[in-house]
Amino acid sequence: MKNIQFIILTVLCATFAFSQQTPAPKQNKTIAIMGGTAHIGNGEQIKNSLIIFKDGKIETVVDATTVKLDISNMEVINANGKHVYPGFIVPNSTLGLVEIDAVRATNDDDEIGGIIPHVRSLIAYNAESKIVESMRPNGVLLGQITPRGGRISGTSSIVQFDAWNWEDAAVKTDDGIHMNWPSSFTRGRRWLGEDPGLKLNEKYSEQVAEVTSFFNETKAYAEGKKSLVNLPYKATQGLFDGSKKLYIHVDNEKGIIDAIHFAKDNKVKYMVIVGGAETYKVADLLKQNNIAVLLQRVHSRPDNEDDDYDLPFKMAKLLVDKGVLVALEPSGQMERMNSRNLPFYAGTTVAHGLSKEQALQLITSNTAKILGIDKDYGTLESGKSATLFISEGDALDMRTNQLTHVFIDGRSISLETHQTELWHRYEDKFNSKQ
Amino acid sequence: MLISLARVFTPSFIDIYSDFGVEKPKRQSGGRSAQYEPTRTGYYWNDHVMPENNAIEKFNYDSEAADDYIKAGFGVVNTHIQDRIVRGSGSLIALNNEGGNDKRVLEAKSGQYFSFSRSNTSNQSYPSSIMGSMALLRQMYYDADWYAKGNIKTKDLSLEALNSNKGLVQIFEAGSRLNDLRADKVGDLFNIQYVILGGGDEFERIDDIKAMNASMIIPINFPDAYDVENAYLAESLSLEDMRAWNQKPSNPKVLSDNNIVFALTTHDLKSPKEFKGNLMKAIKYGLSKDKALAALTNLPAQILGKSDKIGSLKNGTQANFLITSGDIFDEKTVLYENWVQGAKNVIEDMGKKDIRGTYDFSLAGESYEMKIKGELSKLKTEITSDGKTRGSKITYSDDWVNIAFTTQDSTKQEFVRIVANVDANKNLNGKAMFPKGMETSFFAKQKESASDTKKEDDDEEKDKEDAVEKVSTISYPNKAYGFKELPKAETILFKNTTVWTNEKEGILENTDVLIKNGKIAQVGKNLSDGSAKVIDATGKHMTAGVIDEHSHIAASSINEGGQNSSAEVSIEDVVDDTDIDIYRNLAGGVTSIQILHGSANPIGGRSAIIKLKWGEAANNLIYNNSPKFIKFALGENVKQSNWDSNSRFPQTRMGVEQLYIDYFTRAKEYDALKKSGKPYRKDIEMETLAEILNKERFISCHSYVQSEINMLMKVAEQFNFNINTFTHILEGYKVADKMAKHGAGGSTFSDWWAYKYEVNDAIPYNAAIMHNAGVTVAINSDDGEMSRRLNQEAAKSVKYGGLSEEEAWKFVTLNPAKLLHIDDRVGSIKVGKDADVVLWSDHPLSIYAKAEKTIIEGVTYFDLKRDEQMRDAIKTEKSELINDMLKAKNKGLKTQPIKKKEKELMHCDSE
Repeated sequence: MKNIQFIILTVLCATFAFSQQTPAPKQNKTIAIMGGTAHIGNGEQIKNSLIIFKDGKIETVVDATTVKLDISNMEVINANGKHVYPGFIVPNSTLGLVEIDAVRATNDDDEIGGIIPHVRSLIAYNAESKIVESMRPNGVLLGQITPRGGRISGTSSIVQFDAWNWEDAAVKTDDGIHMNWPSSFTRGRRWLGEDPGLKLNEKYSEQVAEVTSFFNETKAYAEGKKSLVNLPYKATQGLFDGSKKLYIHVDNEKGIIDAIHFAKDNKVKYMVIVGGAETYKVADLLKQNNIAVLLQRVHSRPDNEDDDYDLPFKMAKLLVDKGVLVALEPSGQMERMNSRNLPFYAGTTVAHGLSKEQALQLITSNTAKILGIDKDYGTLESGKSATLFISEGDALDMRTNQLTHVFIDGRSISLETHQTELWHRYEDKFNSKQ
Repeated sequence: MLISLARVFTPSFIDIYSDFGVEKPKRQSGGRSAQYEPTRTGYYWNDHVMPENNAIEKFNYDSEAADDYIKAGFGVVNTHIQDRIVRGSGSLIALNNEGGNDKRVLEAKSGQYFSFSRSNTSNQSYPSSIMGSMALLRQMYYDADWYAKGNIKTKDLSLEALNSNKGLVQIFEAGSRLNDLRADKVGDLFNIQYVILGGGDEFERIDDIKAMNASMIIPINFPDAYDVENAYLAESLSLEDMRAWNQKPSNPKVLSDNNIVFALTTHDLKSPKEFKGNLMKAIKYGLSKDKALAALTNLPAQILGKSDKIGSLKNGTQANFLITSGDIFDEKTVLYENWVQGAKNVIEDMGKKDIRGTYDFSLAGESYEMKIKGELSKLKTEITSDGKTRGSKITYSDDWVNIAFTTQDSTKQEFVRIVANVDANKNLNGKAMFPKGMETSFFAKQKESASDTKKEDDDEEKDKEDAVEKVSTISYPNKAYGFKELPKAETILFKNTTVWTNEKEGILENTDVLIKNGKIAQVGKNLSDGSAKVIDATGKHMTAGVIDEHSHIAASSINEGGQNSSAEVSIEDVVDDTDIDIYRNLAGGVTSIQILHGSANPIGGRSAIIKLKWGEAANNLIYNNSPKFIKFALGENVKQSNWDSNSRFPQTRMGVEQLYIDYFTRAKEYDALKKSGKPYRKDIEMETLAEILNKERFISCHSYVQSEINMLMKVAEQFNFNINTFTHILEGYKVADKMAKHGAGGSTFSDWWAYKYEVNDAIPYNAAIMHNAGVTVAINSDDGEMSRRLNQEAAKSVKYGGLSEEEAWKFVTLNPAKLLHIDDRVGSIKVGKDADVVLWSDHPLSIYAKAEKTIIEGVTYFDLKRDEQMRDAIKTEKSELINDMLKAKNKGLKTQPIKKKEKELMHCDSE
């Protein structure tokens, strides 16, 4: 059987090399996963689990030791000794917006204009990106596709990673607006002979006032006749009725506090901090105001020379201990291809204080809650989408993150990629030589 | 000092380092494309070398600037054009406002000047780094010698000037502790002892400075306290910057305590006006007054070889002297006159009455007390009435004072004005004018003169002194996580641990490891050693230290991109022992790294292979008998695909091949000539390339796509040598069989791709495929962040390609050691090898593992527990310093706005 699979695979490779994997068809048979350790995603786990899903929805998640069910008409996957996880979710991502960093023609993540909330990421999302498909073998199955740059960068949408096109991919369209909070420090302009180091941003108040007046205008527009449509104002309305969230990208303590007041003063219904390098200093304030954090990349260096060497590793723990809702985001250098390391970002927080199930929440249920897709995604619970995978071992550790089956909305997804095709091609070349 | 009638005579000061009368040229804006050639002919090939420049030819006596110097006590300045790497000669000028240049110019050519900084007037791109500047200077000296011997037929006016200035004092602007040593290193090779302009941070490693045996010129621009009132912003301040404020004023004292000959300079100060304040500070911090005076008079004279003319008051020297009211370094002393070449400059009228003291007066029925204090030329008043202080001002000249003070009603900006004459008894007689126009006569009697109040003031001042004299302890390096005392090698016995030997013994469970004398002494069961510190390592794992084949941390510069080959530069010249990433790498279990040159050019610079001995000076980090390496690079970076400028050869992979063939052909010819015994022009670049041909130097080549990898192996084979290592080597898997056959190793990323076009086909299975094909494979970082998690990166080879854990572990330990030719010393746990080991909390390939102890040659450079103690100590010290800065601000001292320290993350394409 194994050999036949290998031959089929090789044939497929030869035929489809250098094109994206064909999206999987709809689930047509009920599937039961037997005997695996189910990591629910909400902090709990079931050692010997039975998971049944039909028409793309999870019907049953039970402990197989105590509950016996008839699974004779189902496709049964034996997961004894294996682990089952809800699909990991990567928020604040530019996957599908940029293919190759250095090739400008492939960059669609950053539109010009300072305040452009009406600019939408979804329509530029390349469902056939080679980088997107490389997420799946590591368990990263959903993403919030987010524009970059400017003061208000635009509007994000949430997609799943096995689609023919962006309409297919969309899980939640136009979920939130992203704002880059003015920084407290600015860099000197070297080309003008200034010291290139970081110094106080003297325009901070001015920049805050600018975005405040945009919000005032937006609210005035809402109360007016709207005889002339203003696209940026119109796009922003969802923030006040709760249909869109405001994602404020901000790192330093004072900026975070100012941003919280800003959102409150402007009656923004849901506000989320993104990045939040110093959120651990204001955890109580976040908790009081019920503000969630999409926390900066775990695998990064501390911002200040004097910081604890492991500060980025333990930040999630510092927030979780205070009861703040936290999920992990991957932005930064080479963020797209690195997003497949999302499970290992979570794993690192375990070495620095969290439990494994807590760490898992940072990339599943917490993310789903923050993004507002928790009705359908983020945990292995009945009624939710069958977006899940089976791994040979602990999926948060690269030693054991070996996926055997992946499902998105119940559809069985290919684990091959542009990269595995090349792997097979050249392994085969050298093996056949010997 | 001669003392007569309460008038003190002192030789006037000498500033040995200035640009007086020869302003530095302004920076020119760059052209659209890079300039690789010089702008002139008949001179040296590099625009940044202009020894033919003579300051005297551009000199214009600037009497306004001279006045500032004279008021600060200077009589003679040594000046030169402060631009370029080789700056030509400078001149010694007496600040004689009356005479002409015929009298003022004491020496037209007083010295020859150097620095590491490029010229503002030329955009010639080479050198673009400090290591390039060092290499350029070395090559220039070789060339000058070759020229002097008559071997060059064409004219080179630069080298002629350099050679003819040889007899002058050679002064080098280094500007920091690390650069002081770098300048001295260049000089040593040619038996030149530079006089070195330091940076004020010499105290941080004074022994190294002392060992240079150089005379120094020391600036005293001590940093102001930071304005730390905003607590949020204050948190951005680094301990290093805070300590600089606290410690730098002690630099002159430390230099003097170590008997280093130095002159003080106004260099780096905004104006000579700031000189006295800073000098007084240095004295408060322990510099003796005698040493201070020597550093301004006879020592600069001696350094310039002009002791017979200036710097002292004896028969035959110039009449350059100061007349003061007392000890010249006393805060209250008045500088009356500064005589230069016999010409008198009056700073303060000697007959002027010293009205400083306390006065009583009454006006309109109210009685007042007035204190007059400060410097006689810049008096201050403090007027109180009924215990309340009024705002007040005073001016004083020609026996008349003008005083204004605010009325009692503080809500109005109204003043009482007084004009009064000073009588012989220093009483004030005149009239007072009230806001409404009313006038009345005024008389104030001096009840105490300044000398009477001296004691009280002294006490006050003493308090101030005590406050500033508390210099915080320096550490190595002098920043957060530095060691106040360097840790020492220990005998340590680790009991009952899991040992990853990387040898045929494999992974040993329940095993003991003894380290002694910096080596691995024993590996086995039930070991004991009476002298050893015993550590129970049950449940933990011990491995050899992680080795990063490709790192860019701990260096002051990474790329010399000014030319398409920079084989003459060496990272060993620019190792930076203060980089916090050294410590952070230790916390990730890293013990050795190769600091590679960047990838700006096909032939890069020479590597530094170092051990991360945090706290040791740069030179002690570099391996003894280090294997010699050089960085080469292929692909997009060297053909400048992603640059703004694209005028440099090569711009295609085709050109890259021919560039190598060209250079190696020349190197072969060079080497043949050298070996023939005939005279030859020493060329550092060719020497380095000849080492490659002679198999004495190894190449680590940055590479991406299969065509170029294949090409370079063929070029090497054509010249009968091997490529030792391909680094990055992302398409190595496509030509793994060819690499194995050639004997090249591969040092790659675990999973990076998609950042450039040439990494489109990079796959995480690369390491496994190359390994399976028989290539020696390492996983490297090229990144200060990833390098502290290389154990995790190795683990990815288990995930991608199914490697055994034991082999995967070798990817970051033994295999890079092999690639670097240091596997006889490090890379495995084997008796006799260096005790470079890591104790992990868990399976070393696991995401859940933390390095608990990182040991190099028996010295524990990282220890998780000690790290926690250091964190506490850093917090305490920072809050103390913040408190001191707040005090400084409240005392009315100047402050500077907070800046945030930022460490650039260096990669191959970093400058």
